[in-house]
Amino acid sequence: MSQRLAELAATTDLAADPVGFASDPWWLILFKAVLVFAFCVVMTLFAIWWERKVVAWMQMRIGPKHVGPQGLLQSLADGVKLAFKEDIIVKAADKPVYILAPVVSMVPAFMAFAVIPMGGQVSMFGHQTHLQLTDLPVGVLYILATASVGIYGIVLAGWSSGSTYPLLGSLRSTAQMISYEVAMGLSFAGVFLYSGSMSTSTIVGQQGDTWFAVLLPVSFIIYIVAMVGETNRAPFDLPEAEGELVGGFHTEYSSLKFALFFLAEYVNMVVVSSLATTLFLGGYRAPWPITAVWDGANSGWWTLLWYFLKVQLFLFLFIWLRGTLPRLRYDQFMRLGWKVLIPTSLVWLMLIATVRAMKNEGYDYRGIVLGIAGAIIAILVLSVVWDMFRGTDDEEEKAKAAQPPPGAPGAAEPFDPMAGGFPVPPLPGQELPPVPRRAVRRAEPVGAMVGNGNGTGSADDESATDATDKEV
Amino acid sequence: MNLYAPILALGGIAAAFGVVSLVAGALTGPKRYNRAKLEAYECGIEPTPQPAGGGRFPVKYYLTAMLFIIFDIEIVFLYPWAVYFDSLGIFGLVEMALFIATVFVAYAYLWRRGGLEWD
Amino acid sequence: MTAGLAAATVAAADLSGRGGPGFLSPTGAEVAFVLIGLVVLGSALLVVTTSQIVHAALWLVVTLGGLAAEYLLLTAEFIAWVQVLIYIGAVVVLLLFGLMLTRAPIGRSTELDSLKRWPAVLVAVGATATLLTVVVDAFHSAYLDLGKTDDGSARVTGESLFRVWVLPFEVLSVLLLAALIGAIVLSRGRADADGKGR
Repeated sequence: MSQRLAELAATTDLAADPVGFASDPWWLILFKAVLVFAFCVVMTLFAIWWERKVVAWMQMRIGPKHVGPQGLLQSLADGVKLAFKEDIIVKAADKPVYILAPVVSMVPAFMAFAVIPMGGQVSMFGHQTHLQLTDLPVGVLYILATASVGIYGIVLAGWSSGSTYPLLGSLRSTAQMISYEVAMGLSFAGVFLYSGSMSTSTIVGQQGDTWFAVLLPVSFIIYIVAMVGETNRAPFDLPEAEGELVGGFHTEYSSLKFALFFLAEYVNMVVVSSLATTLFLGGYRAPWPITAVWDGANSGWWTLLWYFLKVQLFLFLFIWLRGTLPRLRYDQFMRLGWKVLIPTSLVWLMLIATVRAMKNEGYDYRGIVLGIAGAIIAILVLSVVWDMFRGTDDEEEKAKAAQPPPGAPGAAEPFDPMAGGFPVPPLPGQELPPVPRRAVRRAEPVGAMVGNGNGTGSADDESATDATDKEV
Repeated sequence: MNLYAPILALGGIAAAFGVVSLVAGALTGPKRYNRAKLEAYECGIEPTPQPAGGGRFPVKYYLTAMLFIIFDIEIVFLYPWAVYFDSLGIFGLVEMALFIATVFVAYAYLWRRGGLEWD
Repeated sequence: MTAGLAAATVAAADLSGRGGPGFLSPTGAEVAFVLIGLVVLGSALLVVTTSQIVHAALWLVVTLGGLAAEYLLLTAEFIAWVQVLIYIGAVVVLLLFGLMLTRAPIGRSTELDSLKRWPAVLVAVGATATLLTVVVDAFHSAYLDLGKTDDGSARVTGESLFRVWVLPFEVLSVLLLAALIGAIVLSRGRADADGKGR
């Protein structure tokens, strides 16, 4: 116990050089780094198998079962298979960027893991060391920064492919990730307010009595939603909405380059799950009923077990969501991010700040609670009323939209496939206007089209620019 | 600075892994040249040629990025404020409330102008 | 602008080599500082010389990342990561969005080679000289003890920001307000005039 106190004291923000983090010899640093890397890769392989298995059970299927016991080696086999596939670099690609993009999206995902506390202090080859690679005083900001660098992998992959749909997909997922990064960042602020530090190990240390998930339920929920959006997972997996965008930003990638994007996605999942564990669920500390009966639960290597179980909990949540919820539409998704999550977290942050300031000034606790509860109820009521009015508006709009457009089949309004800003197929009853390039194609011999024929290319280009110009 | 040595080590390992897999993918895979394979796949039908200007996209992406910068800056100010909050007291609360309120005006304006509507 | 920044950085690097004790036996940190400064300078030059517009943005990322590393070496940990989060994670993303909104062709764009090369060089040299003079004048006697490392922590930053620099902080919020409203007006003015309202 006294040892843990010392450890706590050593890792506070003010201590310039937390004992135990900077004192590792170089070989131990390297060993731990390799361990963390291996952990991430193994977790990826495991999570892919686990996801396929759980989703299969949820859908009354069996899932992978042939490779290894219970199909456990399936994802490894998939990885090896990808390695033996042809590495295609499409002709239109910007080569250096195209090759760099998978690495750019993968490396930050791994680097974010460096400040995740996976356990307490243990003895490794006779050295006392933490089950955490390093501890920065600005740890959580560091994770946020690495996440924002990871976005480049997606932007560059989409742009450098030299193909329209991947570019659209990458723009979309970038807009999605930056939107949810804001909500995520705002939900952290409440944690910092309570812990007085941005260092992950101190934040875990501060949750000795109560988890921040209990103290800051709203922050916790916002973080959960934001973390699913940030990792592009269902129900927010719009970047890979097959019906709209084919594969999204990685459509033109093959072989191990494609595998690296996959790796990045799953490592990101493990990182955000670990961060949720660290910030809100007491990190590597044992949950309450266990600590009550067993004193040793929070010491040594046992801490790794608690960390692992909590991360598994979040990974299961990811899979559960995927197995349960349909994908959101893009506008619904952006509305949720910008109009619900961000204002809510700002209001919530000012609320807890007010409570904390008043408590620090020594006001009566009960009065504050009553006042806050009143304010919350008032806001809730207001929002419900607002929603009701909005609801009627929406329904009216829907009713308007539902009025059958093909009432006058034919000429009332010529069908414009680019009217909504992106091409859509005609509804029953609507008819596509004659496309100029189709006439051209019929007129020309077939061979002219195949070799990227310049004869028709210019006409194509022009019509396409016209359409896009109109849209902007 | 010793605190950053592990980060460099981990980043180095990850980057080495990435480079090795890029090289391995190029070496282990078969190479069977076919002109059709090198065309963009896009969505399975004949690809839309990228327009001469490089293509245009709804300006809303730009607004989203702009709003993102504004809120990111706000977040960056919120963090030291939250860490130092207990020593600032009511004064700090009022300071930040003013700041957030001003930024919120911009946010509300964007909302009213329909900048947050996606179709 | 970036060239100027880089020059300022190199100037600062010079200072840390010359101004502090131990000019003849530079520490590892000082050597790293100068080396990263050179990387920053090189990538800044590439930003202005490359003829592929998206590559220029990417070299800008390298430049800004190098500056973040310099901040780290000067123990301004908080600022360093803010630099990564804001400049690399937000500003250049906005830049890329802006490029892709208008045009971001793969390959060289010949119209990027301006004919007014000499006036540009003149302006750049002038800006660099001004910055150098200002930086050297302001900091020629400054000395930072790198051993005392909590100067750049979030707590110290918060203290000086919210106790000493309150007014600039509040004024900044107005700046942000103006920036966003400017962006809205710029991007939506024409659409509204067309009656599209999107």
